[in-house]
Amino acid sequence: MSHKNAYSIIGEHPLFEELVRRRRRLVVLLSAVTLVPYYLFILVAALRPDILAARVSALSSVSVGWLVGVLIILGAWLLTGLYVSRANNEFDGLTSKLVGEAAK
Amino acid sequence: MKATFNRCLASCAMLGAASTHAAPAALQSVQAQPINMVAIVMFLLFVLATLGITYWAAARTRSLDDFYTCNGGITGFQNGLALAGDYMSAAALLGVTSMIFAKGYDGFIYAISFFVAWPLLLFLFAEKIRNLGKVTIADIASYRLDQDRIRTFMSFGSLTIVCFYLVVQMVGAGQLIQLLFGLEYNYAVIGVGLLMMIYVTFGGMVATTWVQIIKAVLLLAGGTLLAILALWRFGFSFETLLTQAVASHKDGVKILAPGALVSDPLSMLSLSVGLVFGTAGLPHILMRFFTVPDAQQARKSVFIATGFIGFFFLIVAVLGLSAIVIVGQDAAFFEGGVLGGNMIGGSNMAVMHLARALGGDLFLGFLSAVAFATILAVVAGLTMAGTSAISHDLYARVLRKNTASPADEMRVSRLASVSIGVVAVALGILFKEQNIAFLVALTFGVAASVNFPILVLSIYWKGLTTRGALAGGIAGLVCAVGLVVLSPAVWVKILGFKAALFPYDYPAIVSMNVALLCTWLVSVTDRSARSRRERDAYGDQFVRAQTGIGASGAVNH
Repeated sequence: MSHKNAYSIIGEHPLFEELVRRRRRLVVLLSAVTLVPYYLFILVAALRPDILAARVSALSSVSVGWLVGVLIILGAWLLTGLYVSRANNEFDGLTSKLVGEAAK
Repeated sequence: MKATFNRCLASCAMLGAASTHAAPAALQSVQAQPINMVAIVMFLLFVLATLGITYWAAARTRSLDDFYTCNGGITGFQNGLALAGDYMSAAALLGVTSMIFAKGYDGFIYAISFFVAWPLLLFLFAEKIRNLGKVTIADIASYRLDQDRIRTFMSFGSLTIVCFYLVVQMVGAGQLIQLLFGLEYNYAVIGVGLLMMIYVTFGGMVATTWVQIIKAVLLLAGGTLLAILALWRFGFSFETLLTQAVASHKDGVKILAPGALVSDPLSMLSLSVGLVFGTAGLPHILMRFFTVPDAQQARKSVFIATGFIGFFFLIVAVLGLSAIVIVGQDAAFFEGGVLGGNMIGGSNMAVMHLARALGGDLFLGFLSAVAFATILAVVAGLTMAGTSAISHDLYARVLRKNTASPADEMRVSRLASVSIGVVAVALGILFKEQNIAFLVALTFGVAASVNFPILVLSIYWKGLTTRGALAGGIAGLVCAVGLVVLSPAVWVKILGFKAALFPYDYPAIVSMNVALLCTWLVSVTDRSARSRRERDAYGDQFVRAQTGIGASGAVNH
């Protein structure tokens, strides 16, 4: 089967639309969950540094800022893990099912 | 405040740069360290090992695909390490630790901004780039747009980025080697140029990849070990570390909170937009996605790389804070034994002194060799990206219209890598003792304003046309370069004018948006027959990007 044909057959397949819709929703969500907190953090750092200067507890010398920074790095990495696991468990399966059906 | 901010950037950007307390153009005041035999032996071992790998890789580089992309034979995990090795520069190890040492929390904000691009690379780019391209990022944009014009433009964009970034690395390498090994600057630059030429010319992407993997392992292992030794001093308590750092630092509790770096929100935003979207347009990073067999491995590699890079920046934070207590309180590390005076070897040496304080000359030698390996891996990646832009894009595709024989293309690629090496050495020597902070802004500015907009729109926007991409790309390029010239780093510090016409050192916040806007405007008003064909071709491209059907090296369904 030539790619030309395969592309148009697959492109019109309902499973393809399902795949695209699900992946797009995840990508938009995860990009937002990465960028919005990060730029919020930059704005808070610039406009209200006192929030980040506050201590996490009265007894601790750890400031909110250090905690938030570590959480941003850890959180963003966990999000990449979430994407990979959804892609492995869900999108890959959909793709191979789609290719199989289109080949019929 | 702005001056402090710019000096911080300069010191981060140029790893060997001299004291942040000195005048901005104080690159000259690098003093050589006493010769450290351990460093030299370890460094020679590393060079021998990488040359051995190049010899091994050369025997395995039989086809053009081997040369450019290891024929897709790198696993996701290996590529993750190589990506990390391609990205974690000596500037991050030396510059960011020193920034935390000097300014505390501001350095950490900088580290976080360097990191945030990586999740975006995964969500937006990794799989799509693997599915659509073969050798270079120009493959993706020219999938449905005009081969000649778009490919030529994007390869010049990539070459510009490679060139600017190579100069930054070369100047940094020359200063660092001079400092650590006592080798004269010019010889150091020539040595680095020769090594990167040998890796790429003979070993191609296979050698480059393994140099990057070894470097990443060495850097992560060395950093982790040093962080463990440091945390040991504080009973493995971050709480104790912070308490003592506050007690030791002249700024006291201020090191726990944002300071001068973010005092001007727009300045910080322009920096962060430049770093985040610039990273997503760096050709030597993006081309690594072609070295894995499929999109599945491409996304796995970003997950691995993001983990290692995030971990590395957390280590960097621990090292910077530990240096405040351990190095900052030890008069032996300051000139004339004056605490708080000029640090011996320049202000970027905090982490090196920390290594010496905690692990003696042996550890200092090891870390010096690691810092050097770090530079070699980055310049090798850059040379590889520049080489493929010349031989694959300009020569084989544009000039010869796919009629060149593999042997011819291979010959051109070898010539290209040698030429890039020669140019890099020449520029490295030419820019010795120049204030090159603006080159970092240029690199990331051009990447964010030329490569990134064309790439993201060609993948995600059906309406993109050749005319639009060219107009937007040129607008982005002119705007990025123009604004850097008008910025404080060039207009004030190099050209000597009183006030900068553009207030921020990083142009991307303006130039990237100008590029996107121009591309959109020209594309939607493009009514040519070609533009209709290009929009029609988006459907097939979209299916391929989403499913990987027809992707290079993939199983043909």
